Amino acid sequence: MTMSHISGASSSSAPPEQRDRRQVMVRLARAPGLLPLVTLVSILIVWEVSCQVFAIPSFVLPSPTRILGGFGAIPFPRWLDHIWSTLRVALIGYVVSIVIAIPTAVMLTRSEMLSRALYPILVVIQATPVVAVAPVIIVALGSGDLPRVVITFLITFFPLVVSTTTGLLATPPELIELSRSLRAPAIREMTQIRLPFAIPYVFSALKISITLAVIGAVVAEFVAADKGIGYYIQFSTSMFQVQQAWAGLVVLVAISLALFQLVAAAQRIWFPWSIPSERS
Amino acid sequence: MGKAAQSAIRFSNVGQVFRTQSGTLEALRGVDLTIERHEFVAVLGPSGCGKSTLLRLTAGLLTPTSGKVEVFGLSVAEPRDDIGIVFQKPTLLPWASAEDNVVFPLRHKAGRVNAGDREKARQILARMGLAGFEKRLPSELSGGMQQRVGIARALFMDPDILLMDEPFSALDALTRDEMGFELLHIWEARPKTVMFITHSISEAVLLADRVLVMSERPGRIIENLTIDLPRPRGFETTNNKVMHDYVSHLRSLLLKRAA
Ligand SMILES: Nc1ncnc2c1ncn2[C@@H]1O[C@H](COP(=O)(O)OP(=O)(O)OP(=O)(O)O)[C@@H](O)[C@H]1O
Ligand SMILES: [Mg+2]
Repeated sequence: MTMSHISGASSSSAPPEQRDRRQVMVRLARAPGLLPLVTLVSILIVWEVSCQVFAIPSFVLPSPTRILGGFGAIPFPRWLDHIWSTLRVALIGYVVSIVIAIPTAVMLTRSEMLSRALYPILVVIQATPVVAVAPVIIVALGSGDLPRVVITFLITFFPLVVSTTTGLLATPPELIELSRSLRAPAIREMTQIRLPFAIPYVFSALKISITLAVIGAVVAEFVAADKGIGYYIQFSTSMFQVQQAWAGLVVLVAISLALFQLVAAAQRIWFPWSIPSERS
Repeated sequence: MGKAAQSAIRFSNVGQVFRTQSGTLEALRGVDLTIERHEFVAVLGPSGCGKSTLLRLTAGLLTPTSGKVEVFGLSVAEPRDDIGIVFQKPTLLPWASAEDNVVFPLRHKAGRVNAGDREKARQILARMGLAGFEKRLPSELSGGMQQRVGIARALFMDPDILLMDEPFSALDALTRDEMGFELLHIWEARPKTVMFITHSISEAVLLADRVLVMSERPGRIIENLTIDLPRPRGFETTNNKVMHDYVSHLRSLLLKRAA
């Protein structure tokens, strides 16, 4: 709809004013978020039309309008219930992960011995497919939030530790020498030099980890849950309510995107200097 | 304490050997040198001859493998906080404004800075030609401006000794000369002992009371040349006939070693 409106507007400005038309296009291209929106809407249109024209059965691929209908299958408060359940686990796991990962990274850079002792364990944790251990964790820790938080933690922990450690070690050696030559307390070398220098690295990990946290929460719900978007998707699929599963999927994507944007905004607001500019 | 009677910096038969993955590396061998209080000494030498090592030893960031390094008559056992260092690269804190970068040594050491400290930082920045740029982040400054902030940072604690490791090497020739004269200006107004490492022969002659030349690795002092040019020095000094004699003498010395 938006598509036809745009092309209608530019073609109505008549062929002789080719330059005008180009200017309109340029302005449109520069408008933030407009071009992706145009892409999204056109995909939806092609999707909808294909489903109708080729009569694709809805358990293979429901059309956008049918998915929209899927949203109505349960009342709105039930949706909020599911969303909150998933969001809560994802956020708690994420926060716990940050709270443990950053001090761990600090310790890894402080002590050569600790680093050699811990690093292999971290690699083993990372190498273990969390999806495979999830059932074991749920059996071990029961059916509350705890096992789900643990799974989310496991999936988000490693990128945070590795990236933060890399950042802490990326500090220019001159500044460390400056700190030593001032004979400043060692804690300030960490708080005033190393940690701030790690901020860009920490944020790139935070952005990756927030989407991983949602994945972790969903994986946990797949294994055992009676609530949450992951649970709802699995439940709907088992009842062959594919359009409802798709509705759940759309909600999940929206949650992930929103959280990612939130982290990106936090970086823009509090650490604008840490965002690489075109200049450097 | 009779500080005036003592040399500011004294190296006695200093050797420095680094242990590396591929064995040992002898950076300095039998270095003897003396720098008097408030003297401006430039150090010249081929790349990798141990100039930066010399500077680190003076700052107490390294302990010599052999021999003795003394600052104001005391053996250097650990980093000294009465020494300011200017690095080859500005290495500022990217999140801190020019002013915050200048007061950083104090904030880092003492934990706090007051309004008076900030005022002092602004004065130093103004003297470095950076008035109006106090609130800018390093990424908003040119390379030369960043380096000036780095110098201001080293001057802020008003150190007795200023160690400068090729501070102007990243600047274009014109800015470089200007900065050199600016440095002399500051040094004349507030005398300090300066150890100035450089690759530029003419810069060494133009700025220093004395030029030390080092051999290739393992580095030793192979020439100790007193520069007898009138002060204050400025652009007209560059036309001085005597200056050219010094420069050509040093150049032939460095070229002979290289050949
Ligand atoms: N911490 C270290 N460990 C091992 N080797 C080192 C260390 N510091 C310096 N070296 C070596 O000692 C030698 C002298 O180094 P230094 O940095 O003092 O040279 P330089 O004269 O400053 O060189 P340049 O002009 O290139 O800056 C070099 O070969 C260098 O590789
Ligand atoms: Mg060097």
